[in-house]
Amino acid sequence: MAILEVNNICKSFGSTEVLKGINFSLERGQVLAIIGSSGSGKTTLLRCLNFLETPDAGQIAVNGEILFDAAHTHAQSDAEIRQKRLHFGMVFQSFNLFPQYTALENVMLASILLAKQRPDYKKNKRAIHEEIQNNAMQLLEQMSLTGRMNHYPHQLSGGQQQRVAIARALALHPDILCFDEPTSALDPELTGEVLKVIRELADKHTTMVIVTHEMTFARDVADHVVFMDGGVVVEQGPPEQVFGNTQNERTQAFLSRYSQNS
Amino acid sequence: MSTSASVIFSQLLHCFQINCTIFFVTLLLALPLGLVVSFGSMSRFAPLAWLVKTFVWIIRGTPLMLQIIVIFYGPGLLWDGDLMPRITAVCVAFVINYACYFSEIFRGGIQSIPRGQYEAGQVLGMTKPQIFFRVTLLQVVKRVIPPLGNEFMTLIKDTSLANVIATKEIIMMSKEFTTKGLIWPLFSTALFFLAFVGILTLAFGWFERKMDYFRV
Repeated sequence: MAILEVNNICKSFGSTEVLKGINFSLERGQVLAIIGSSGSGKTTLLRCLNFLETPDAGQIAVNGEILFDAAHTHAQSDAEIRQKRLHFGMVFQSFNLFPQYTALENVMLASILLAKQRPDYKKNKRAIHEEIQNNAMQLLEQMSLTGRMNHYPHQLSGGQQQRVAIARALALHPDILCFDEPTSALDPELTGEVLKVIRELADKHTTMVIVTHEMTFARDVADHVVFMDGGVVVEQGPPEQVFGNTQNERTQAFLSRYSQNS
Repeated sequence: MSTSASVIFSQLLHCFQINCTIFFVTLLLALPLGLVVSFGSMSRFAPLAWLVKTFVWIIRGTPLMLQIIVIFYGPGLLWDGDLMPRITAVCVAFVINYACYFSEIFRGGIQSIPRGQYEAGQVLGMTKPQIFFRVTLLQVVKRVIPPLGNEFMTLIKDTSLANVIATKEIIMMSKEFTTKGLIWPLFSTALFFLAFVGILTLAFGWFERKMDYFRV
């Protein structure tokens, strides 16, 4: 069974239709790359998955459980949405680390706040903190940030900040990790170190949805590629098909623009 | 004239306590009230936002001196009752006036926090109060320190406006010496304000350095 199923998602801002009925599904442990030109609706789609935008129509299901159904949105309380959000992790284009916390504190904060809701929190406070801290340190080590744990975001390079952000998202053990153009704010030099980390996550079979402009990377890492244009999925399939053997004119035009530029 | 300089200074210092009282009472009440007013002006409920913005416009659009007079004499003219104590009227006017200025500083500070900070908190499953207190508040504080420093300095000097309803603050006191032919006490009041603002400058400098460990 698919871990993520997206069904007929539609979203308009005012009179602008941004998403016009998006469908796709994703298997556990697979990587989905979403490509397309700016303004094609990729980011909006990702924001819908994370409940940062509310779709006007459609359903989103994770592990067969319907998390969102546009027909029944009014029934959702804030607490329910918060709970459902935790199925997804989100890495933003602009990192969005909390500037007043160190790298380690950034990774730990949400886990600590969640742990406070546990009935046994007061009794086992120290043990819980230790466990959260160990988990956070392990994640930062995995991101090759061992010596940077106590640095504040402004003391880190963009690539390091983005790797902290990835660790922060992983700390809550999401089912699906979403990336919104994770390297678009980075120098070409720093792009590599972030892509390397994402590649390692893919090797460990982390389920991911990646919106990206890095075509070579998408081709290498993704199991499934979705090409979007004008708010619709124009083409989807394995990377060999979309990149190597596309019959679709719009996909061809998009990809040839890219190969000219790079 | 036999009054010695030290006696005059101690009298001036005594009256400067009135200025300090107005200063601290205003801060104590206008800072939280300003935060409430800023939330009102940012309300998504349009009539409330409109009402609050109009109120802020009236308060910021009229002289504080006039507001003190209206609050002191207004109720008596309307209802024929006793006048409230002068210092109370002064404090009420200052609190309302400064709350409006503070509210605009807070609004600017809150709205300058990038949307991404709220969103990062949201996707990490935080509640709205958690996002406000754990994520944005300190960043807002850091941003509003410099403009608040300005307001604090203006405030201590504005306290001398209290003499418009004959509150015996330091300028009023020093003018009494002028009528007796002594002009220097009036000029010497500058020293009190300079010292006060000097301390404020040091305090704000210290606080800004304290907040220097992160950037927003």
